[in-house]
Amino acid sequence: MTATTIHTRLHQLETMLLIRAYEEQLVALQRQGAPGTCTSVGQEACAVGVVDALEARDRILTNHRSAAHLLARGADPKRLMAEVLGRVDGYCGGHSGSLHISAREFGVLLTSTIVGAELSMAPGVALAQKLGQGQFDNGSGGITAVFFGDGAACEGIFHESLNLAVHWQLPLLFVCENNQWQAFVHRRETMADEAISAWARGHGIATQRVDGNDVEAVHAAASQAVAEIRATGQPQFLELVTYRLRGHFEPDDQAYVDPSELKHWQARDPIHTLRAWLLDSGHVDVATLEAMERRVRTRIAEAMQFAQASAWPEPETLTTYVYA
Amino acid sequence: MIHMTAADAMHLALREEMQRDPRVLLMGEGVATKRPDLVRDFGTARVRNTPLAEAIIAGTAVGAAASGLRPVIDLLFAPFLTYAMDALVNSAGKLRYLSGGQFEFPLVTLAMTGSGCCVCAQHNHNLEAMFVHAPGLHVVMPSTPADFKGLLKTAIRDANPTLFFTDMALLYQEGEVPEDADYSVPLGKAAMRRTGTDVTLVSYAKTVNVCMQAAEQLHAQGIAAEVIDLRSLKPLDEATVLQSLRKTGRLIVVHEASGLCGIAAEIAALAVSQAFDALRAPVVRITGPDAPSASSWALEQAAVPQTDAVVRAAFDLMQDAQHSGVAMRHERTAANIPA
Repeated sequence: MTATTIHTRLHQLETMLLIRAYEEQLVALQRQGAPGTCTSVGQEACAVGVVDALEARDRILTNHRSAAHLLARGADPKRLMAEVLGRVDGYCGGHSGSLHISAREFGVLLTSTIVGAELSMAPGVALAQKLGQGQFDNGSGGITAVFFGDGAACEGIFHESLNLAVHWQLPLLFVCENNQWQAFVHRRETMADEAISAWARGHGIATQRVDGNDVEAVHAAASQAVAEIRATGQPQFLELVTYRLRGHFEPDDQAYVDPSELKHWQARDPIHTLRAWLLDSGHVDVATLEAMERRVRTRIAEAMQFAQASAWPEPETLTTYVYA
Repeated sequence: MIHMTAADAMHLALREEMQRDPRVLLMGEGVATKRPDLVRDFGTARVRNTPLAEAIIAGTAVGAAASGLRPVIDLLFAPFLTYAMDALVNSAGKLRYLSGGQFEFPLVTLAMTGSGCCVCAQHNHNLEAMFVHAPGLHVVMPSTPADFKGLLKTAIRDANPTLFFTDMALLYQEGEVPEDADYSVPLGKAAMRRTGTDVTLVSYAKTVNVCMQAAEQLHAQGIAAEVIDLRSLKPLDEATVLQSLRKTGRLIVVHEASGLCGIAAEIAALAVSQAFDALRAPVVRITGPDAPSASSWALEQAAVPQTDAVVRAAFDLMQDAQHSGVAMRHERTAANIPA
C-alpha cells in the first residue's frame, strides 16, 4: 500500500465526512423550520468515487440528491447552505433551494428535480462536447457524467437516453446509484429484476455493477469507465449498489422501512467502513481522524454562519432570469 | 422578393441560419430524410435524424442549448409536444431561472397543427396557449410566407427557447418572401394587415386570412375593420392592440384554438383592464370549441372560425352601439354560429 493510496483515501474520507455533516446540518435546519431536503446519507462513496475519477473539463448532471456530487466536485458549503436557505449568496441566488442546485463554475449543470430529467438532458451536453462547440467544453475530450437512481431508471426516458447515447456514440457516463428506494416505494415493489445494469446491457452499452458503499471499488470502476469513454468515444454504464439510509424527504419517519434491512445497511455505512480500513492499515491514527472531523465540523459551522448572514433576495428580483 | 410557399420559406430560413452560425443544428423525426440538401451542405453532424421519441429529442436539445449549441428540433405534430413537456416546460422554461441565470436555452421547437388536412385530434391540436402559460418560453405562430422565414430566423437567433407553431393549412400557401439573408421579423411585434376605424379584428395563423376576408366583406357594407396579426404570442404586442382599440372602440379576437383561458381571453382581459374607457361594445371572442378536433371535413370546418361568423359579429357590435338594450352573447365558438 503506497503513501499515495493512503493520502487519496484520507482525502476521500474527509469529503465523505463533509457531505455527511452538511446533510445532517440540513436535517437539523429542517427541524427548525427551514425548507425540507432530500439527503443522500449512506451514498457518499458513490459521489466521491465517481467525481474523483473526473477531470475539470468533464461535466456533471445530477438530481434532487445533489449535495454529495456538488461537494465532491469542490462546491463551497457556504454557498450551498446559503442556497438552501434561499439567500442571495447561494449558487443560484436563492432561486433554487436545495433541490436543483447547479454550479456552472464546477461544471455541475442543469440539475433537475424531475426524476429522469437529468437523463433527458445529458445526451445534449455530451453531444456538445463531442461536436467540440460547447461553451463549457474547455478543450477536447471532455465527457459528461449523469447521476440518477433506480427510480429514474423506471422512467421511460432512461431507455430513450441510453438508446440515443449508444447510437450517437456520445461521451456519456451513466451513473445509477441504486439506493433501493424510489421515493416511498422499495425497488423490489417496482421491478422484476434486481439490477438496473441488466436493463442497460440490452441497449448495447458496457456496464459495471459494483458495491456503491466501497469508495475504492467505485473509484476504480469509474476510472476504468471514464478511460474507456475517452479512448473509444462510446458511453459506459455504472451501477452502484447502495442504500438510502434516511427517508425520501426531510422530514420522513421511515416507518415504511424494514428495520432489519436498515440495520444491515447501517452496518455497511461507507464512512465507517473507510474509517476502519484506514485505522487497520496502520498508517493513520485516531488523532489524525479526529482532527479531520474537527475541520469538517468547523467548515459546516462557518457555512451556517455565512448562510444565515447572507441577505434575502430583493422582491424586485422575483422575475429576474426568466428570460435571457 | 421571391415567390414561394411558407414551407419553402422555412427551409430557406433554416439554410440561411445554418450557413450563418455553425452552432445551429437540426434534429428530429426525419429532418435528414426530408432535407437532403442540408445534409449535403452541412453534414450529418448538424442535420440529425432521431429515434421517434419526442422526450429525448427535446431533452437533448435542452442539454445542447445550455452547452453552447443552437438546436432546432422538429417534433412534427403539435399533440406530440405533450411527450416533450418535461424538457420544454420544466427544463428549458425553468432551469435558467432556477439556476439564477447561469444558463441560456437558445432552442427552437417546430410543430405543425391546425385544421384543413383532416388529420384529427392527435395530429391537430392548437395548444399554443399551454406554452404561453409556461414561463421562460417564447411562442410564435406566423401567417404569411415572409413571416415564416423572418420569425424562424429570429427564433433561431433568440437566446430563449421558442415554440414555433406552423399552421398546416398555411404551409403550401404562396407569397412574396424577402431574399435578404439578414431579413428577420422581431419577436413581440404584431403586423397591421389592414387599417380601419370601426372595429379591430385580432388574430394569428390561418384565421388572419379569415379576418382579412371578413374585413373585405365589411368594407363593401361600409364598415372599416382593422386587422392585426399577432404573429408572436409571447411576447405579446399589447401596444399595437391597445392603440387600435383606442381608435375603433370595438374588438373581436379570432383564433382556431379553443377559447377557455386562451389567447383571446388574454386579449380581452388586456382590453378591459387597459382600455375600458375606449370600449364602445363588449369584446367578442370567436374561437374553436372545447372539443377535440374531428377528422371529418365537415366537422373540422365547423370547429374553425369562418368569415361569416366574423362578419356577423362585427355587424352585431355595430348594432350594439346603436341599440344598447339588445341582448347578445359575446362569447362564442365557431361551431355554435350558424352558417
